[in-house]
Amino acid sequence: MKRSLILLVALFMFVAASVVFAAPPTDPLGVVTIKPGEPIHIAYWFVTAGSDSTLGIDTKRGVEIAIDDIKNNLLGHKIKFDGQDSGCNAEGGQAAATKLASDPTIVAAVGSNCSSEAKPGAPILWNAGIATVSPSNTAPYLTDPKRGSTYDGYLRTAHNDKVQGAVAADFALKSLKVKRAATIHDGSVYAEQLANVFAETFKKNGGTIVAQEAVAPTDTDMKPVLTKIVTAKPEFIYYPIFVAAAGHITRQVKEVSGFEKVALMSADGAFSVDFYKAAGESAVGMYHSSPDFEAFGKVYEDFIQKHIKKYGEKTLAPFHAHAYDAANLIFKAIEKVAKKEKDGTLYIGRKALRDALYATKNLKGITGNINCNEFGDCADPRIAVYKTSVENVKTLVMPKKSFWKPY
Amino acid sequence: MPKKFQRWKESITATDIVMWFIGFALLVFIILGSILTLRAGRYTPVQWFDFVIYGLAQGSIYALVAMGYTLVYGVLRMINFAHSEVFMSGPFTAYYVAAYFSRSSLLESHPFICLIIVFIVSMMVSTLIAFLLERIAYRPLRNAPRLIPLITAIGASFTLMYLFRGLFGTGFQAYPVWTIFTGKWVLFKGLEIGKIQVFVIFAAALVMITLYLFIQRTRTGKAVRSVSEDKEAASLMGVDIDKTISVTFIIGGAAAGAAGVLYALVFKQVFFMMGFIPGIKAFTAAVLGGIGNIPGAMLGGLLLGLLESLGPALFLDGYNIAAPYQLKDAIAFLVLVLVLIFRPTGLLGERLAVKKA
Repeated sequence: MKRSLILLVALFMFVAASVVFAAPPTDPLGVVTIKPGEPIHIAYWFVTAGSDSTLGIDTKRGVEIAIDDIKNNLLGHKIKFDGQDSGCNAEGGQAAATKLASDPTIVAAVGSNCSSEAKPGAPILWNAGIATVSPSNTAPYLTDPKRGSTYDGYLRTAHNDKVQGAVAADFALKSLKVKRAATIHDGSVYAEQLANVFAETFKKNGGTIVAQEAVAPTDTDMKPVLTKIVTAKPEFIYYPIFVAAAGHITRQVKEVSGFEKVALMSADGAFSVDFYKAAGESAVGMYHSSPDFEAFGKVYEDFIQKHIKKYGEKTLAPFHAHAYDAANLIFKAIEKVAKKEKDGTLYIGRKALRDALYATKNLKGITGNINCNEFGDCADPRIAVYKTSVENVKTLVMPKKSFWKPY
Repeated sequence: MPKKFQRWKESITATDIVMWFIGFALLVFIILGSILTLRAGRYTPVQWFDFVIYGLAQGSIYALVAMGYTLVYGVLRMINFAHSEVFMSGPFTAYYVAAYFSRSSLLESHPFICLIIVFIVSMMVSTLIAFLLERIAYRPLRNAPRLIPLITAIGASFTLMYLFRGLFGTGFQAYPVWTIFTGKWVLFKGLEIGKIQVFVIFAAALVMITLYLFIQRTRTGKAVRSVSEDKEAASLMGVDIDKTISVTFIIGGAAAGAAGVLYALVFKQVFFMMGFIPGIKAFTAAVLGGIGNIPGAMLGGLLLGLLESLGPALFLDGYNIAAPYQLKDAIAFLVLVLVLIFRPTGLLGERLAVKKA
């Protein structure tokens, strides 16, 4: 009796020990196993080709600098950073997300750049258990409470356009003191929602929207639509679209008579050096709403220095700092949930990673305090208005000082 | 007379009736919309004139590119889908020449010489690409079933697109501004016309007339016409088929190269995918005018340009549809459907070689 009791206790201890040591962790959505010497695979889906490629290259560089800053060492593993071009439209986003979703080594993703890509792409990625943090999606729809559970793996460090549209409307009414405005969008999720937010805020605060027009992102001849707008006699045109179409509109406004006194304003989608190339001298004197770079502080200056040293040029578009913060958000979450074995193997549970991302509070980033709410909005939004000068266009450098701030 | 009518009555099918119904409904929609718009009087006559000029300028570019499609269809009975990349290659390459001129301020001092050099470079590159395309991708498949060259054309289109992407990068470049083309000319009080539009229409017309005269009046042109009428008979008559087909591609390529520079002068942005949409529109224009027919291609191009420019304002504005300009492509293609319903061979739909007696 005594012997069998000892045997029983020994057996029990053996089983308990083996359970503790031998079984790898489980996760409702799967676990990524990273053996010693293997890299942690983080993928991007950015716009790296075409007329908006500055947006993608700029955000990619932000992540690369973040990787440099942790010395390419996360929990003893290197970071493998590669990805797909997403084309800044729904088809491209779907294709890029599908390609990433088929790769089981990807732990998390950074992207997308354009909100129209994230609409089909984020659910595809989350279906494969890959959480994604976007540095530049701004459409309100993506973090709306009614967005649906297919977007549970989606977060962003970029501002929500509910803020940007309101700032633009306030600028038009308070600073420029215009009462009649027209909007042009390009059918994309980002542009349409941002133009609508602008229109609603503008109307609510006493202005009149005289025309709400739309073009296709690939349209080149804008003169007919501009002729139509000029018949409504606006004082201000807000066209929060992307580089190519915004470039055409800005150039062709000068060719349609009746626009001599009209103020032009675009948004962060066209706030890049490629836009200056596209619009040329016609961009001088126009306004852009964009993240407020002066609010980022000294950390941002250090980032710029690192950027110039590594890439030999200044930044190209507005979202590099947001990409840096998105990368750090992911790194910190991985550090929190990864289970490390003695030999260096890492186990990262997908749902656990997603939950850790969403639980991020008070993380100090370049763009401000990163605080993720329950729907994935992590940004500390500060929007300012910039004005383009002759030097900006000539030297292809973005304006540094803002023209107007709402605070 | 009644016997012919009876035979025609027997040959009608239900499909024909449905098609006519759709066609008439579209026609009524368009006419009603136009009447409503004109009655509302939102646009001044000067603005209608502006719409027409923009449309003609855009249409002239389509017409030049459409000539390439229609010529190749005439001789080879295939749609050269890679023609959009022939259109892209010229101005994209010539950009670097234009940028050099702009940087060294030769552009300001000798604008016309620089312009001519840019045109020549662009046309040479487009012609070369078209010639190589024919030699490498199409000649070996001369006797293959018709589907094969079509697939090859699509493949060649992508190959060229990504070749240029690899050569010149993924971003776009913007053409410098020629100051001789900025601003407008005043025709008479209140009526102005943009200088660049005038140049585009004039230059495109020049190239089109030259090409048309070449096809109609020279021996090589006669050879092209004969090959498109009957290849075997032409070769029996001593026409060198290979050389003639090469000449056809060269003509189409040169026209596309010229069209490319005109496009770049107006819209400034060139990048590796710039040919895709103008290519589709130009192909549509060629079909609209009658594929295989050169004057048809010219007419189709101008008509398409006018439709894109006038269409949203004229047809849809009267119905108070929000943001009608977004539908301009839908309008252009709906008119194509309309034309093909009532005239399936296209507006001028005859073969290239059939000369009027």
